[in-house]
Amino acid sequence: MAIFSVYVVNKAGGLIYQLDSYAPRAEAEKTFSYPLDLLLKLHDERVLVAFGQRDGIRVGHAVLAINGMDVNGRYTADGKEVLEYLGNPANYPVSIRFGRPRLTSNEKLMLASMFHTLTGIKFVVLADPRQAGIDSLLRKIYEIYSDFALKNPFYSLEMPIRCELFDQNLKLALEVAEKAGTFGPGS
Amino acid sequence: MSRPAHRRPAYHKIGYGIGTRLVEDFLARSCVGRCHSYSEITDIIAQVAFKMYLGITPSVTCNNSSRNEFSLILDKNPLVEFVEELPAGRSSLCYCNLLCGIIRGALEMVHLAADVTFLQDRLKGDSVTEIGITFLKKREEKKYRRKK
Repeated sequence: MAIFSVYVVNKAGGLIYQLDSYAPRAEAEKTFSYPLDLLLKLHDERVLVAFGQRDGIRVGHAVLAINGMDVNGRYTADGKEVLEYLGNPANYPVSIRFGRPRLTSNEKLMLASMFHTLTGIKFVVLADPRQAGIDSLLRKIYEIYSDFALKNPFYSLEMPIRCELFDQNLKLALEVAEKAGTFGPGS
Repeated sequence: MSRPAHRRPAYHKIGYGIGTRLVEDFLARSCVGRCHSYSEITDIIAQVAFKMYLGITPSVTCNNSSRNEFSLILDKNPLVEFVEELPAGRSSLCYCNLLCGIIRGALEMVHLAADVTFLQDRLKGDSVTEIGITFLKKREEKKYRRKK
């Protein structure tokens, strides 16, 4: 999904709220027989789908597991190279799980946006640069903060935010923003 | 029966608590940017904030030639719309101090120290209700903007 994390920082610089990669990654597990109708290539130490699309598996998805065993980069759990393994017809039929690759801090595709209010509270959103509408999302988060965190009588200012309504509404707002915003290839 | 004189500071305190939180709600909904002068701030309090939360627009006057004392004149105070007169024995009660506390709390959250008091009160026989705002020396701005 295009929005990776949301952080809220108070006046003193302490983190009072964080929400990371909240959305479940779309994953698809399918059984394949030889020959594989998807073209795979090695990229950045991961095996990605370069061409071919079926049943929820898209270009850019990574091989996450083979026959139920998690894949470690370009090698399977027992040390065999994934591309070699999948090139050998003797190993078929094989069940492969595809999904969006897990995010690492090496991703060059992240954009951080910050909204600094006049009172010193800072809202930080980490998102895909292709995601549009981050400005309005930040304002919406500010409104949600003022509605559900501030109006909660049990919440003290500058303290970590532990308000359920704030969580719920924030996730709702993120979902709406993602549906409305991304213009790049979707997940 | 408790002494009304002691109650007065409590309204201000309640208002202060409200004000510190209300200001974020106000900023989130009204999209006002940074103000550049005290008179601009007072104008915004009167025309945008009061209108948003109480539905009235007080008029602003400037009392002091050094431009840091202002008054908000309310000809209609929604908080006392249904009050005919203060109960006997409680004539020093000034529960609109709530409003003063709110304004002070809100200003403090945006790093502006101010003294806010009630100058005139219609309930006590004055012709209008007047809230006085005196801006004190601005607190040290955080230095993150300094160019070096």
